[in-house]
Formats: sequence, structure tokens, C-alpha cells
Amino acid sequence: MALAPAVNDLEQLKGHPAVSCLLSANPQTVAGGKFDRDEMTIYVERSLIREACRLLRDDPNCPFNYLSDVTAVDWFPSEPRFEVVYHLLSIPKRERVRLKVRLSGDMPALDSVTPVWPGANYFEREVFDLFGVRFNGHPYLRRLLMPENWEGHPLRKDYPVEGYR
Amino acid sequence: MILNMGPQHPSTHGVLRVILEIDGENVVRMMPDIGYLHTGIEKTCEAKFYQQVVPLTDRIDYLCPMTNNLCYVLAVEKLLGLEIPPKAQWLRVMMNELTRINSHLVWLGTHALDIGAMTVFLYCFREREDILRLFEAVSGQRMMTSYFRVGGVALEPPLGFFDRVRDFASRFPARVDEYEGLLTENPIWVMRTKGVAKLSAEDAIALGASGPTLRGSGVDIDLRRDMPYSGYENFRFKVPLAKEGDVFARYMCRVEELRESIGIVKQALEGMPQGPIKANAPKVVLPEREKMKTEMESLIYHFKIITEGFAVPEGEIYQAVESPRGEMGYYVVSDGSAKPYRVHMRSACLANMQVLPTMCEGRLIADVVAAIGSIDIVLGEIDR
Repeated sequence: MALAPAVNDLEQLKGHPAVSCLLSANPQTVAGGKFDRDEMTIYVERSLIREACRLLRDDPNCPFNYLSDVTAVDWFPSEPRFEVVYHLLSIPKRERVRLKVRLSGDMPALDSVTPVWPGANYFEREVFDLFGVRFNGHPYLRRLLMPENWEGHPLRKDYPVEGYR
Repeated sequence: MILNMGPQHPSTHGVLRVILEIDGENVVRMMPDIGYLHTGIEKTCEAKFYQQVVPLTDRIDYLCPMTNNLCYVLAVEKLLGLEIPPKAQWLRVMMNELTRINSHLVWLGTHALDIGAMTVFLYCFREREDILRLFEAVSGQRMMTSYFRVGGVALEPPLGFFDRVRDFASRFPARVDEYEGLLTENPIWVMRTKGVAKLSAEDAIALGASGPTLRGSGVDIDLRRDMPYSGYENFRFKVPLAKEGDVFARYMCRVEELRESIGIVKQALEGMPQGPIKANAPKVVLPEREKMKTEMESLIYHFKIITEGFAVPEGEIYQAVESPRGEMGYYVVSDGSAKPYRVHMRSACLANMQVLPTMCEGRLIADVVAAIGSIDIVLGEIDR
């Protein structure tokens, strides 16, 4: 089975409910898109992530009402270094979409989506704990898995697999 | 008063610590504290070849190893664009449903034990033993099976294996009746579970609950039926639902799932296709032993796969499956090399645990035990 090439052109991607919803409500939120291996990825403007999530959750045509997952990827040493990745699911329409926000390696921070989905709480704490990405407006941004006094963020690529000894 | 429950508390199923602010017997505020079992599996995965990650996925959730195996290999196969032969898919579905039964049996036994019904535990572990023996027959391991491979399954099941499964499948429904006879109409069980730890559908969705925790609140979603993977579209089964959103509703959902799962196992046995159990992809799938000993080309492929792994084209996949606890998701990112750039596990338990404060605040301490049991937590999966 040969893989179909990824589609990056926003014009061609307008058929996807999430893309059309964001473009019609506020085109500034969308910084790019990608359709690869049957999965839709939308790059969202850093400052507008909370608004984009709220728009998608309340979209009457295809409400992406369920936040499956929040995580991050570290692309050290390239810049922008971090990608924070959100996976949304539409329970009524059985659709998925992936939102991505790119962050620079210098003091990475973005708005928390806990006001939209309270369930983002632990996921964002985990990303903060393991990557050191700050979420503004998070109700309780403390380490989740590592001990309180731990130094460094283990899932960063410049953190050795064996840890510091 | 602040009360510390756990991490060494028998009803927290491992090492969950719950900080309770109590007023007499009533819980005012509840805060789960996790991380006692954090092993950094996500970081370890980044240093392994793609195939070497499979045994790690077992160890995330030690009650449903095959579900985790399946989710991971599906994600890698999607990245590679591999086509899996039907027999491998059906075997995977069958083993997956046995795993679900295995996991639900441990849940039912320990949940009942927490609330004070000792007998159920012994009955459940009797049947669980049968399943573990089946796992041992097929993979050589009782718990950490690692039976699935990228591109298929590891081995052809041994002679007589399907007869043993058939025998188990014919006995099992009567056993579920036995469990139900002990609990469903038992007045003590009903008093301890009905109307306890309620969760509304809106709260469940907003907090990210999934699986029986979500279906117990009346939200009709099951990834096996709604977004089928690994050939689940070929099987007929009902998705148990309950509207009440209390501990009893979640209990009923899971018990019904036991019956549905054994139905799927029976269908898989009846319709098991013939054919290969591994995909035709010599650069990814290890050659058969016989060929490796006799054919030059197979020997080269074998050597290359073992020493250098196989490269996976650049890309990313989020693959979700319906684990016994809910939506288990693997987010695998590839940079084109032979090791995954990033593997993230979306743990169903981690999200499910966020509903605990909503369930327990304003209720009695005794109900906390029932609530923790009803969301079926596995700390290995939460902490990873």
C-alpha cells in the first residue's frame, strides 16, 4: 500500500469541518494545515489557541466537544522548538482533528485550555512537568509525575535518557 | 481535617495517594496525587527501535497488555502504510477481547472486595487463571505477552489452542451469571453502589472521561463500533449503556461488556480466516526461521532488521483503541529514522481520574472507595 502524499494547501482542506469552522469564524487562528495518512492537522496561532478550541467545541455543524489528549514534541535544536499538540474528538460526528501550536525554546508559554475543557488540567500539568511549557491561566500548574523538587524536564531532547548522574 | 489516603492503601489499587479534606465523615475537597509509579516509559521509547517498544507497552497497563500492544503496532503500521492479513487481524481481535475479559475480571473482583464482598474475588480469579493459561499457550507469557508484532502477530497459535478457547467461551457466560447472582440483586451491594458517586454526561465529557465511565453516564460512544480498527467492523456486538451515572451503572456496563466480549471471541473463532499471520513486507517483518536458514536474501533482511531496525517514513499518527478502561491512544511521531522520535500514550485512566473529585466531594469517605473502584484505575497506566 503506497502512502498518499500529504496535502498542505489550505484551499484544498476547506472540506474538513474543523478547517471550515475556524476559517469562517476567525481566519487569523489558522496558521497552516496538513492532511496526512487520513489525519487532519491544523497549526493554530499561539495567542488564539483558547479561542480556536472554544470555536471548535461550540461549532453547531460538527462540535469537537471532547478533548482526547494534550501533549508536546520537542524538536531541539531547531526553532520553533516545541509543538504543543491537542487531539480533539467530535462525539456526535465521530471526527478527529489535531491542533498544533508552535513555541520557541526560550520561555515557552501559551494559554491554558482548562476554561474550555476542565479535563485539560492533568494533561497540561504533565506537559509542564515533562517539557517545561507554561500554561497561562491554569488553575494549579504544579509538577504531576516527577517529585516537586526535581530539576529539569525529562522529555526534553537535551535531557539524557539515563538522567543526570 | 486533612486525611491522607494512600499511597499504601488497599483500596487505591496500587500507589494512588488521595488527599482528603474532611468534615466528620464528609469529604469537602479531594485531591488525587500521582507519580509514585512513574518510570519514564515515554522517554525510554525514544531510545529503542520500533519493534523494541512493544514489550514496554505491556508494562504500561499490566492488566491489558494486548490492548496496548495493538494500539502501538496499529500506529506504526499506519505510519509505514502496511496492510495486515485478515487472519492476523482476527487473531488480534480475539486476543484483545480475551484481554478485556481478563481486565474486567480483575476489576470486578477487586471492586467487590473493596466494598466488602469477598467471594466474588475468588470466583473472578478462577476464570482469569483460564485466560492467563491461554495467553501462556499462545505467547509463552502469562501477563507481559508482547504477542503482537509490527506487521502481524509473533507466532501461529499452538495446536489445539482454538479448542481451548472454544471450551472457555462455552463455559464463561454461565460464570458471568454466577457473578451477577452474587452481586446484582444483593441488597448490600445495591445500597453501596446505587446513587453513589454520580457523574452527569456533561461533566464526563468536559473532564475527558471515556470507556465505561463515560457510557455509564449515558454517552453512546465505543471506538470499536464508531471508529473501527483491526477489522472490528466485521463483528456484531452491542454497546452497553446506562443512564444513571452512578457506581451501579458503571458496574452494569462492564458486566454486560463481559458478555459482549465473549460473543466477539465466539464470532472470531467461527470465522477465523486462513492465510498468513504476517504482512508481506520483508524489510519490516522478520523472515521465517526456515527461510532464514536457507535463503541468502532472508538472512540479509533478518540481520538488517535485528541490527539496525527498520526506518519508518516521516510523519505522525494518533491511534486510539477502546481499552477496557476507555480511550487508549498512542501518538507516535517519526523523523524518518529507525527509532521513534516521540511516543506519547494517552492514558484513559489519567483522564478518568480527573472525575474523582466531582464524584466524591460532598459525600462520605466510604463512598470514595466505591468511586475509585468504579473507574477501574491502573496506576501503571496513569504514571507510565
